[in-house]
Amino acid sequence: MAEYLKQYLSPEWLAYVAAALVHAFLLVNLLAISALVFIWLERKVSGRIQDRLGPTRIGGKFGWLQTLADAIKLVTKEDLRPAAADRMLFLAAPYISFCSSYAAFMALPFADGWVAMRLNVAVFFIVAVLGLEVFGVILAGYASASKWSLFGAMREAAQVVSYEVPLGLCVVVPVLVAGTMDLVSIGQMQKGLFINWFVFHDPFTFVTFWVYFTCATASVNRAPFDLAEAESELVAGFHTEYSGFRWSVFFLAEYGSMFVVSGLAAILFFGGWNGPLPITHWLGMAGSTNPLVHYVANFLGMLNFVGKCVFGITFMMWVRWTLPRLRIDQVMTTCLKYCMPIAAVSFAGAVVWTYLLPGGLIIPFRPYGNEREAQLLDAIEDATRRDDTAANLLPSPIKREGEAGNSDPLANTNPSGGRRGTD
Amino acid sequence: MEPINWHSVFFLLFALVACGFALAVLMTSNIVRMAFYLVLSLAATSGLFFLAGADFVGAMQIMIYVGGTLVLLIFGVMLTAKGPFITMRTKAGEWILGAIVGGSLLAVLLSAATSVRAWQPAAQLPRVAQPTATRLGMGLLGVRVDKLAEQDPTRRAGMSGYLLPFEIVSVHLLVVLIGSAYLARPKKRAVAGPGETAR
Repeated sequence: MAEYLKQYLSPEWLAYVAAALVHAFLLVNLLAISALVFIWLERKVSGRIQDRLGPTRIGGKFGWLQTLADAIKLVTKEDLRPAAADRMLFLAAPYISFCSSYAAFMALPFADGWVAMRLNVAVFFIVAVLGLEVFGVILAGYASASKWSLFGAMREAAQVVSYEVPLGLCVVVPVLVAGTMDLVSIGQMQKGLFINWFVFHDPFTFVTFWVYFTCATASVNRAPFDLAEAESELVAGFHTEYSGFRWSVFFLAEYGSMFVVSGLAAILFFGGWNGPLPITHWLGMAGSTNPLVHYVANFLGMLNFVGKCVFGITFMMWVRWTLPRLRIDQVMTTCLKYCMPIAAVSFAGAVVWTYLLPGGLIIPFRPYGNEREAQLLDAIEDATRRDDTAANLLPSPIKREGEAGNSDPLANTNPSGGRRGTD
Repeated sequence: MEPINWHSVFFLLFALVACGFALAVLMTSNIVRMAFYLVLSLAATSGLFFLAGADFVGAMQIMIYVGGTLVLLIFGVMLTAKGPFITMRTKAGEWILGAIVGGSLLAVLLSAATSVRAWQPAAQLPRVAQPTATRLGMGLLGVRVDKLAEQDPTRRAGMSGYLLPFEIVSVHLLVVLIGSAYLARPKKRAVAGPGETAR
């Protein structure tokens, strides 16, 4: 985008600043507006599950504007702070949670190439950054100088630190199948019919998805794992002492991480922006060179992706209002005795399966083992091409490893020379 | 207009944040605030890694150091504290001792950094290499992708990947994990009567 803007803005740095601002602006608004919608949705879903109507008054029949009214109420509320609290940490804690949740959006692609920062290690980055959200929670609990808050924070810490282990193992499985940690490439590899989705790649990835979902629900601190704010025991847990705007920032962060976690699930397991039916491919829009058609195809892909995220979040809400809250020992048992071994076995199984049957589960429909390998090689080649210092490494490394070792001149005579010139 | 080198600007920004909060770690006496500043300083360091194009190292820095400080904070400080807000008082003698040790280390590092010719500011900065974790991963699996670029056949023969060290390290870590789980398990009290052997 900066390259595009460079043509129009005279000092070069202005283009970069403008591009960065556009990305940041879009993501902040996505986070805020999606939280607005999801809180309304949460009320409606919980209402329906409990045989109520949910909000009906503000903004017409369905209460669309209920969250906005709540937000106005929260902003006008007094910002209280306990006298004993550690002032600086108490004031900073909600923003730390929010920042880590927001930072994860930077590496999350919304459609083919529509990502604020295309990282080569995007999966890893998102998991690492999401793990920091707990830091804000712990600081909030500690700085409040209240025992309810501290109890909530300690529970949250124990829970998140334990659940990061199976979560990491689950995330590794689709990465293993794809052979890359770049979320854009992972999404591209699953294009076509829904049988190309990694969740249907083999039985182990299918199992892994459910473990991932459990661990993700726990790591974003949602019921039935919301021990940190167990209302029946701890008043409101870590945010007992918060009110007004700072309180709502915690919820922005929570809904933001729910979106990120669902988005990660959508890309890793459910094809990302590639629908159950490849409609844009049938219409010939996806690979089009016409920028407008390409844009429309990407926009449809983004709608598809956001739809999957909303589905994931609705599923989390459904779980929340269906299952009772676990006790802390049950939470730990679920993690260490069930999620962890299942994730480990799935990981080992996926390794064996990918080695023996790279094409996936439904072989007659998917003779794609070679194709996927070709895509992997393309991805490596693509990454290598962008690497200016190593432009002559281009020959695909897996297949021609043996040949290159045998015949020395091959390394110098392969077509990389021409490629380098284009750089 | 002279083009601004934004790489340097962001380098200075991140470096200032890292150093500033590192100093703040020293200056404050509240342990939890110290941990907070340490996290910010380490996060700024990971920003430096991202700036240098080392995405993988940057993400590692966030995961291990920043997350590790978090665990340190929880288990080291909050589980052992007796009062609500713990503070640490440093005596003047400790300050002087610390200043001597830290200052001499800084002097050594600075003299080393300025004496290496390759580290002196270049006339033209090299382009930032685009990172790829795939090559790292393949190296750990025993395939060196950069092998093909090596001109010298004898050196190329020596580039054999890191599968064995990787396996040794991972088995070692597994042993450590199992050992710690074994040590931390609840001790079953062996009730052994006279003439009976405890199992």
